Amino acid sequence: MKKPARNLTLFLLLAPAFLWLGLLIVLPHVEILILSLSERVAPRVYAFGFGNYLEFFTEPLYWRTFARTAGISILVTVLTLVLAFPIALYIARVAQGRLKAILLLLCLLPFWVSELVRTLGWMMILRETGVISYVLLATGLTEQRVEFLYNDGAVILGLVYGGLLFMIVPLANALESLEPAVVEAGYDLGGSRWTVLRRIVIPHAMPGIVAGSIIVFMLTVGNFATPVLLGGKNGLWFTEQIYAQFITRFNWPQGAAFGMLLLLLSSATVWLGLRLTGQNLGTTLRQA
Amino acid sequence: MAHSTDLDIVNVTKRFGAYAAVNDVTFSVAPGEFFSILGPSGCGKTTLMRMIAGFEDPTSGDIRIRGQSMLGVPANRRPVNMVFQSLALFPMMSVGENVAYGLTCRGVSRAEAEERANRMLERVGLKGFGDRRVTALSGGQRQRVAIARCLVLEPTLVLLDEPLGALDLKLREHMKIELKQLQATFNTTFAYITHDQSEALVMSDRIAVMNQGRFEQVGSPRELYHSPATPFVASFVGETNRWQGEAAPASNGAISVRLPSGAVIQGQGGARQSALAFVRPEAIALAQDQISLGNLPNRFEGRVSAVLFDGANSSLLIEAPGFDAPVRAVLPQAGPLAGIRVGAPVHVGWTADAMKVFAA
Repeated sequence: MKKPARNLTLFLLLAPAFLWLGLLIVLPHVEILILSLSERVAPRVYAFGFGNYLEFFTEPLYWRTFARTAGISILVTVLTLVLAFPIALYIARVAQGRLKAILLLLCLLPFWVSELVRTLGWMMILRETGVISYVLLATGLTEQRVEFLYNDGAVILGLVYGGLLFMIVPLANALESLEPAVVEAGYDLGGSRWTVLRRIVIPHAMPGIVAGSIIVFMLTVGNFATPVLLGGKNGLWFTEQIYAQFITRFNWPQGAAFGMLLLLLSSATVWLGLRLTGQNLGTTLRQA
Repeated sequence: MAHSTDLDIVNVTKRFGAYAAVNDVTFSVAPGEFFSILGPSGCGKTTLMRMIAGFEDPTSGDIRIRGQSMLGVPANRRPVNMVFQSLALFPMMSVGENVAYGLTCRGVSRAEAEERANRMLERVGLKGFGDRRVTALSGGQRQRVAIARCLVLEPTLVLLDEPLGALDLKLREHMKIELKQLQATFNTTFAYITHDQSEALVMSDRIAVMNQGRFEQVGSPRELYHSPATPFVASFVGETNRWQGEAAPASNGAISVRLPSGAVIQGQGGARQSALAFVRPEAIALAQDQISLGNLPNRFEGRVSAVLFDGANSSLLIEAPGFDAPVRAVLPQAGPLAGIRVGAPVHVGWTADAMKVFAA
């Protein structure tokens, strides 16, 4: 093929990806960036400035909400990892053939229902007139109905539940490629179960752990419905602040600034996490 | 405490459902011995090895190492280390960490483990390789790391599961010699399993030939080659000519086999009716005329049908009337028959001692 023709083919093949990135990711972010840098100086009068960003750091409610969101998201990511690891290990190493397919399908099944409906399901279970409260009362374990909703525990529960699949799939993928003989060699040379897990299985699964953790952290930080519905007024999730600025207060520049800050700060958290665990995003992506 | 054997396998049977993968196998391996288990794939040799290593439990029987029963002892507590078919090096660790792994599992301090690992690497000819990634090594070097990783633990017994299978021919030939030398320098007992008869013959002190879960014969390479106990051993170990016919007693203790064509050949062995006769290609004498074959009991005239040139392993296929398959002989590369071509007439003959006869 001649060179111009080859370039055209390459261009056409890459076009959908570029359109996707350009129209759906880059363009809105440029728009939001510009918007976030316009300060309201008088009604309907805007000027260039960093005031919206300063607002975040000077008003404690905002940065505390962000710190709380990031903190809970890290906790959710760790809990999801701890819960997903044995499940992924079982799916990848123990289950065979049909059972493996069925187990993966079972993990996937809840995602056929919209996130809103799943969260409403949790509300039915956890609320004061819900299933758990009813059972506790009926068995005489409590004297009156108990409210399980609208606290951090409920929010964490809902977020972990929502993140599990996104942790299990990359983990199972990474664990599947571990050669059984390598694990056997770990035992054969005198390793205990714990040694084999710590020195062979976990290092091998590291790309999967990093990928899964990034996905779950990003999904959790940016989640809106779960903290709002399960946390209620106590939810205090950063996305709620963005929503409030855009929709309730009609202060789009302020909302845009918060949006940019969420992107920057959560990216910084991921970068810090990678640095602290000695991982490299490049090698992770290459191995995943 | 010295024990006269390092490994005793006593009536070991392993069943998977109704299928007996290993069927009532008994043998012993002496200290310092290079013992091979040779058999075709699916004969049960891998299952047997995995039972010794502790990855499978025998259905019945006992496995003893230096007199101690290993039943119920998990793989990580046995004084046995294995070199896996795929080598199974730990890709997440450096060469040095791979070798030190077993030591640190035993509670040896990190510094001492590293020191001992480096000394072991030096002994297997990998000095200064400690910090390399295992993925950056050549096939032969990886092989040596896998063995060093076992030997550093000073095990009673090293198990080797076809570790040369993945190497190319030239390197395999080289590693055969190297393995044998390593075993001799460390004087560790090796149990080696393979389907490659040449690997077993070259390296072993003793070989067990395994077929369908049972041991057919245990003996030195020479015994197996020159006096096979069963037709399976005769045909599996080394090249051979194989004919089937009817047995009939002959004079001076020999046995005659009448081939379907009516030709009669004489050999040694025992068979009543249906018989299998085996003759090694190198036992077949070739001559330009019948007189030079003298008084060999088996003398036939034939024509060269193919010359299979393979250097020192070259052979000649000779079409002879009365034989349904061509007779295989070693290609003469010196003397009057050197340079023999397809179509040339040739006389073949062999002694009765060279032909082993078994009941079919």
